[in-house]
Amino acid sequence: MPDLTNLLENLDMRPFTTRAAACIGILFGATGTAHADWAVNMSRGVTPISRDVYDLHMLIFWICVMIGVVVFGLIFWSILRHRKSRGAVAAQFHESTTAEIAWTVVPFLILVGMSVPAAKTLVEMEDSAGSDLTITVTGYQWMWHYEYVGEDVDFYSKLSTPRTAIANIDAKDEDYLLAVDNRLVVPVGKKIRFQHTSDDVIHSWWVPALSVKKDAIPGYINTNWARIDEPGVYRGKCAELCGRGHGFMPVVVEALPQDEFQQWLEEKKAEQQAAAGDGADRLASVNGQ
Amino acid sequence: MSAVIHDTDHHHDDHGPAYGWKRWLFTTNHKDIGTLYLFFSLTMFFVGGLMALVIRTELFQPGLQIVDPHFFNQMTSMHALVMIFGAVMPAFVGLANWLVPMMVGAPDMALPRMNNWSFWILPFAFTLLLLTLFLPGGGPAAGWTLYPPLSLQTGAAFPFAIFAIHLLGISSVMGAINIIATIFNLRAPGMTLMKMPLFVWTWLITAYLLIAVMPVLAGAVTMLLTDKFFGTTFFSATGGGDPVMYQHIFWFFGHPEVYIMILPAFGIISQIIPTFSRKPLFGYSSMVYATASIAFLSFIVWAHHMFTVGMPLAGQLFFMFSTMLIAVPTGVKVFNWIATMWRGSLTFETPMLFAIAFVILFTIGGFSGVMLAITPADIQYHDTYFVVAHFHYVLVPGAVFAIIAGVYYWLPKWTGHMYDEKLGKAHFWLSTIFVNVLFFPQHFVGLAGMPRRIPDYSLQFIEFNQISTIGAFGFGFSQLLFLYLVIKCVRGGEKATSQVWEGAEGLEWTLPSPAPYHSFETQPEVK
Repeated sequence: MPDLTNLLENLDMRPFTTRAAACIGILFGATGTAHADWAVNMSRGVTPISRDVYDLHMLIFWICVMIGVVVFGLIFWSILRHRKSRGAVAAQFHESTTAEIAWTVVPFLILVGMSVPAAKTLVEMEDSAGSDLTITVTGYQWMWHYEYVGEDVDFYSKLSTPRTAIANIDAKDEDYLLAVDNRLVVPVGKKIRFQHTSDDVIHSWWVPALSVKKDAIPGYINTNWARIDEPGVYRGKCAELCGRGHGFMPVVVEALPQDEFQQWLEEKKAEQQAAAGDGADRLASVNGQ
Repeated sequence: MSAVIHDTDHHHDDHGPAYGWKRWLFTTNHKDIGTLYLFFSLTMFFVGGLMALVIRTELFQPGLQIVDPHFFNQMTSMHALVMIFGAVMPAFVGLANWLVPMMVGAPDMALPRMNNWSFWILPFAFTLLLLTLFLPGGGPAAGWTLYPPLSLQTGAAFPFAIFAIHLLGISSVMGAINIIATIFNLRAPGMTLMKMPLFVWTWLITAYLLIAVMPVLAGAVTMLLTDKFFGTTFFSATGGGDPVMYQHIFWFFGHPEVYIMILPAFGIISQIIPTFSRKPLFGYSSMVYATASIAFLSFIVWAHHMFTVGMPLAGQLFFMFSTMLIAVPTGVKVFNWIATMWRGSLTFETPMLFAIAFVILFTIGGFSGVMLAITPADIQYHDTYFVVAHFHYVLVPGAVFAIIAGVYYWLPKWTGHMYDEKLGKAHFWLSTIFVNVLFFPQHFVGLAGMPRRIPDYSLQFIEFNQISTIGAFGFGFSQLLFLYLVIKCVRGGEKATSQVWEGAEGLEWTLPSPAPYHSFETQPEVK
């Protein structure tokens, strides 16, 4: 977590005209940033669940678009054709039980249609039984702690974007606010069960590509799971307001093929055991003084 | 609904208002108090708007530019509290004060002294709330939802903010009691419940929601207060309490609160669309039943704000299905408005323009609402800008547009002058264009993964944030035109007739414009 205390002193002091010119440039689509991708939609993600969620999202979206076309079409038709300036004379009808029943029952049936795939996906999402690996994720103000349950491996994961980039002194790279010192490394093709909790306030661990978002609540253990199909680096953020550093605690998940993951885990285990030995020695010497 | 008037004989000259500041401080008159509420609301709208501009300015570019993240959090929290409790709710109470007595054929509100008190609590409550920004540690910064344990990290502002919320609750409950008492006791002979204008109906139901849930909020924040200062552990797991329980209690208040901010808007729109369509409201009784259904459903959907906190599958399914159901009565309302316009004889004065924009843009907010109800998809949408876009669509071109439409619609009745129609239309087009520039791109950044309540963001969100900020400034400054229009109309203008609008029906249009100080001294008879 970079110390944000002195950021106010490090304001971007470019002249206003330069900034105004930049704004105008942006208005005309000439952006200077490397990462300008105008992303407009949810990502399909890399797990079976995330693809189900994406399909569900698009299904509901298109149903809404179709209803919108009808509803807005009727409004605009009325605006164009039934205007007084075109000599429209008002009809005086003002009720129809048939119409009321129709526009109660039809939307209800559409909703029932939507609820079936929604419930199906939800049941799958909630089934975290039979996992191959369990990872406990603990939220802190403002970093994450990961523990590979039963493997003797645990570490903290903090934002590694330099403070100077946040304060607009140095350039921002494409992983701005999305890079951490220690990534959460996981295997592909395995059912990974996440246990979420927190040590202070409520956080929320979110990786869009995995369609995994769960609140980390002190005193609670929440679970969810993911089975990642493709190796890669997947980035996310804390989604629940957790104080001053809320915008600065990203999540980075690195999915490795199974054998590479095993190798990483063994190295990490050895490294941590060595470090633990050092630590115990140091603690003994401190206590001895 | 048809209302025929037999007696509109008034003697209003013998006891008019007092002069000077005493008129406003000691007034028990529903029109004066309505005016106070409305101007207070407009002031808070600009205060909350300035906070929104601080937020949007910081988000114009990635990186930290103008404010510290902690101050940014204070701005998001205070913007919400000010807009909800200071701008939208008082505006509706102001409209109810002006209109309910005139619409039901009463001389004034049923409980005039309490009316005075319920207004004059508000300036004190907001002074208290806004002053917290200058206390050590700043104002509340845990979001308007005040979730513990984060809200318990608030500094000196904490007890002040909670006391302010208590005051706001007292004010709302008194306002609600007054409206219910007026509607049940002071209706003119012949004005049966099912002949009441829809604005009166929606407010009657809203008033019950207020009485039901404001004490729940008061209880929740009081428990926060004792957790912080008196060693209780209602919401702390270390003492056997439960931080999630706060969220359940809060949203049991919070979801009906959402409908408190939209049902009176439905009422306003249901008055305006028939007038400018020159056609009676389609499906009057189904509109009343739909309003009541929405109010009932609002009590059983609260946990859809909490799909990521961890709930049993059965709970998630229940709240998903109950939330989806809300689309049915809301859809009925939209279809009834369209059927009212259908084969009418439409004209497009400013109130009608805002009303039509309301129907279209509120429906867009409704669509994103249906999407958010789908629990598995909500896991992705939750706490992103998609949610921000959703609730701003239902609150700004929703509730706020309805309030503005209502002000233009009844302003000639209140002041006796017509407002400047040309400028009113300019205000409409500027507001409608900029509100979409402001909020539509937020759907995109939300879906692409931008969390809400962050002062700084990663680089893929730059473009839409910049467009959104431009829209925010455009929308904000357009509202200065509204202020100018209102002041201009109060000061003078073309003389308004009693009926004002060709197609207007209802008791308020039988009174002269401006309406006499005591609306109906002799009750009219409604057939």
